[in-house]
Amino acid sequence: MACHDDKPARPGRKDGALTVALAGNPNSGKTTIFNNLTGAHQHVANYPGVTVERKEGECTHCGRRLHVVDLPGTYSLTPYSIEEVVARNFLIEERPDAVVDVVDASNLERNLYLAVQLLELRVPLVLALNMSDLAERRGFAINHRHLSELLGATIVPTVGHKGKGTPELLDAIVAVAEGRGLPRPVEVTYGREVDEELAKLVPLVEAVPGLSNHHPPRWVAVKLLEDDSLIRESIERLGDGARPLLDAAAASRRHLQTVFGDSPEIVIADRTYGFISGACEEAVTRTVEARHTMSDRIDRVVMHSALGIPTFLLLTYLVFQFTFTVGEAPTGWVESFFGWLSQSLAHLWPKGAESPLRSLLCDGVIGGVGGVLVFVPYIILLFLAIAVLEDTGYMARAAFIMDRVMHKIGLHGKSFIPMLVGFGCNVPAIMATRTLDTRRDRLATIMVLPLMSCSARLVVYTVLVGAFFPNRVLVDLGFMAVRTQPLILFSLYALGVLLAIAGAKLLRATALRGETLPLVIELPPYRVPTLRGLAIHVWERSRLYIKKAGTIILGVAIALWVLTTYPKKQRYAEDYEARGRAAAEAYARSMRELAEPLGLPAAHAGQLEALARADLALAEARENHFEHEAGHKEAVARHERALAELRAGPAGARIASFLQVRQTIEEARGRFDQAMQRYNPPDHSPAHVSLLRHLEDDLAKPRSSDAAAYAAASAYLDKALPAYEGELEAIRNGQAAEDIAHSMAGRIGRLIEPLIRPLGFDWKIGTGLLGAFGAREVFVAQMGIIYAVGSGEEHVEALRERLRAEYTPLVGFCIMLFFLISLLCVPTTVITRRETGSWGWALAQLGGLTALAYILTLVTYQLGRILGA
Amino acid sequence: MRGPACEAALPGRPLSSVPEGETVRLVGVEAGHGLRARLAAMGLVPGTKVRMMRNSGHGPAVVEVKDTRLALGRGMTLHLRVE
Repeated sequence: MACHDDKPARPGRKDGALTVALAGNPNSGKTTIFNNLTGAHQHVANYPGVTVERKEGECTHCGRRLHVVDLPGTYSLTPYSIEEVVARNFLIEERPDAVVDVVDASNLERNLYLAVQLLELRVPLVLALNMSDLAERRGFAINHRHLSELLGATIVPTVGHKGKGTPELLDAIVAVAEGRGLPRPVEVTYGREVDEELAKLVPLVEAVPGLSNHHPPRWVAVKLLEDDSLIRESIERLGDGARPLLDAAAASRRHLQTVFGDSPEIVIADRTYGFISGACEEAVTRTVEARHTMSDRIDRVVMHSALGIPTFLLLTYLVFQFTFTVGEAPTGWVESFFGWLSQSLAHLWPKGAESPLRSLLCDGVIGGVGGVLVFVPYIILLFLAIAVLEDTGYMARAAFIMDRVMHKIGLHGKSFIPMLVGFGCNVPAIMATRTLDTRRDRLATIMVLPLMSCSARLVVYTVLVGAFFPNRVLVDLGFMAVRTQPLILFSLYALGVLLAIAGAKLLRATALRGETLPLVIELPPYRVPTLRGLAIHVWERSRLYIKKAGTIILGVAIALWVLTTYPKKQRYAEDYEARGRAAAEAYARSMRELAEPLGLPAAHAGQLEALARADLALAEARENHFEHEAGHKEAVARHERALAELRAGPAGARIASFLQVRQTIEEARGRFDQAMQRYNPPDHSPAHVSLLRHLEDDLAKPRSSDAAAYAAASAYLDKALPAYEGELEAIRNGQAAEDIAHSMAGRIGRLIEPLIRPLGFDWKIGTGLLGAFGAREVFVAQMGIIYAVGSGEEHVEALRERLRAEYTPLVGFCIMLFFLISLLCVPTTVITRRETGSWGWALAQLGGLTALAYILTLVTYQLGRILGA
Repeated sequence: MRGPACEAALPGRPLSSVPEGETVRLVGVEAGHGLRARLAAMGLVPGTKVRMMRNSGHGPAVVEVKDTRLALGRGMTLHLRVE
């Protein structure tokens, strides 16, 4: 490496670090070079006020710290897109110590267009001639030294994906930044007429006070001839001192227009290419005319007029399938991790005792944040799949293929993939809109994306559809039957899509009006993505999600916990404790009835009751003590002693048989349930039949050896015990229902009842909707609590019965409709805020969709009532 | 603003009419100020040779310009004049 120790007096930044900007065309391999320079030391932010990513990274070379800023990929520095404006402003305002222009050597002429604009800006320029291996293979022989002389810029050949040329590039960066080895800058000539006009304007630029300090005069003159709006406006703001310059520029433009019969900017662009091809003719020799051969072959299928769309649909389906099937297992791991964490934390408090802090940590924080972090595996996989599509070059083809359809909707071809992903989960879908190039397209896509029914909504739909709509066959087509439930589900999904289309059209006609960008995109040759590039891609996105969403969602989770927990109910409408004692009493007494089947004389029935009381004492101890605690061990020992006494007492032999058989049956059933859970075989499948046979085999022995004990134990396990446990559950549920009705969430539900009454909703639905804000599927659990049927999966049928009893099918449909349209999902709002860079759009989305949901549900409910549904 | 209005009668024929495989020369661009600059940056300046790679007669087309493949929307191909 050529490190010079004689550092000249160029101090760089305050902290001694050199600022290096990385510019280049899209698809020039700029990101790979950036990764090579900075490795993992990167961070991503947005440029203030715009949704353009600003990636920065650090590295050290020859004792100098380099601060590398990756500018957005652009074709030029015109003010045509935000990306170009951002890149240009950075170069002008922050004056980097060196600018690296990453140039695709196999596509030299087009890539040098930007280089010429950078040369005009007089920035300390290094050209990284990237993919130089590919260029050689394609028959380009580039004389670097000669090209460097012709352009007046340092040139370093690199092969980004192999990491070749990185040390040399760093050498050149440091040298240029320190003012060494800068070749004499070349003045681009635009032909006699243009150069004459420029010569007239340059002194006028220099005469305007303050203008030429920031900008090279000739560059300003060129931009004025091009009628660059940003430059013209900034000069207009300077006042009368700039008048002569602006007048002269306008005159020059008119003159050139008449001379060439075309606008000056086109003449300048043409001459720029003339300058470039002149340089290339001298410095580049072409041996073979071969490029794109492999890519062309792939494109023949992928972009085929008939095969293109099926291929695209297949690929997007695979992305979808890959994300949500491969993601299932890791999502389960994340879920179990938080379950484990919650349990371990709970162990820090004595069992059975009330603790607000434990409830906050276990239910509020872990429940809320865990509920969001379960999306992380999906997000990682989805971005991996999308990164592969992008890095290979397929995404540009996808935009081409879907352009016609999506354009009719008012969206861009590239909007299709995020929309599809939205059916899985809106959050990664909104993040996936980053592949869209313009802010207008991105905003329009983001705003309507929540109308794609995500999988969380499906959970709610299935519960409600099952509750209100019997699955009748509506039409029998012979090969398939149209049934009520799938039809309703499908209509909800379809309605969401239709509303999204209408919404996009509306936005395009109002807030996001403007010339729909005609499709002009480069189709880069296909490439094999690098693992490192993919990893960095995925890591960036996932980290952002965890960090940003995590912090805000933590707050929301705590707020929702407080709302549903406080204020605590001090006195319940019912004396649940007394009811619990009565239930235990009834249970103990009911055990006496087992004396007869067991063949126990009625006089000894009390022994069975004593057994039940011993069991109850053990259960109570288990409620209040962890297994490792002394209290638990003592209770177990007491239970053992009690059982031993019973075995030794009157009719001890019968009791002993009962206990023996009871244990055998419990164990056999336990094994069966475990196996069912583990393998989950469908009913009547061979595996299911085999498991049932095993169960039968296990039970055959006790049944034949002691039929009486078997009958008694079965009666106990199937009747006495479930009856008691059912009552305990009812007590817990009743208490929980009273709690939530008393809590702020319940009160808010009551408060908004007049507002949602016209939709057919009562306060209970209102409270459930409030809970759904954290995550939609919470609605089902919340309704379970409110209706005192319990919140677990096993209670879904009970909940359906209650819902059926309380509401009409019309209300059921209205709940689903409201759920489909309204934005009941804090993570989506948070991510919209992040991705749009403003709360304005996030709140507009929230408000707009809620209003739309309200109106449509209102109309549906009222119409339905009139029609007598 | 200034732009397409002054080129009311453009020479040549639209790019959309060029069959696949044919190479033509770009002679005019009917577009607004900003888009023209963008197209120029991507290599589409008058005088450039353009080879039609894919043109189904409807929907977007693919052309080769200065060693790059560009996908152009249907609307765009109607506004690029070639001969």
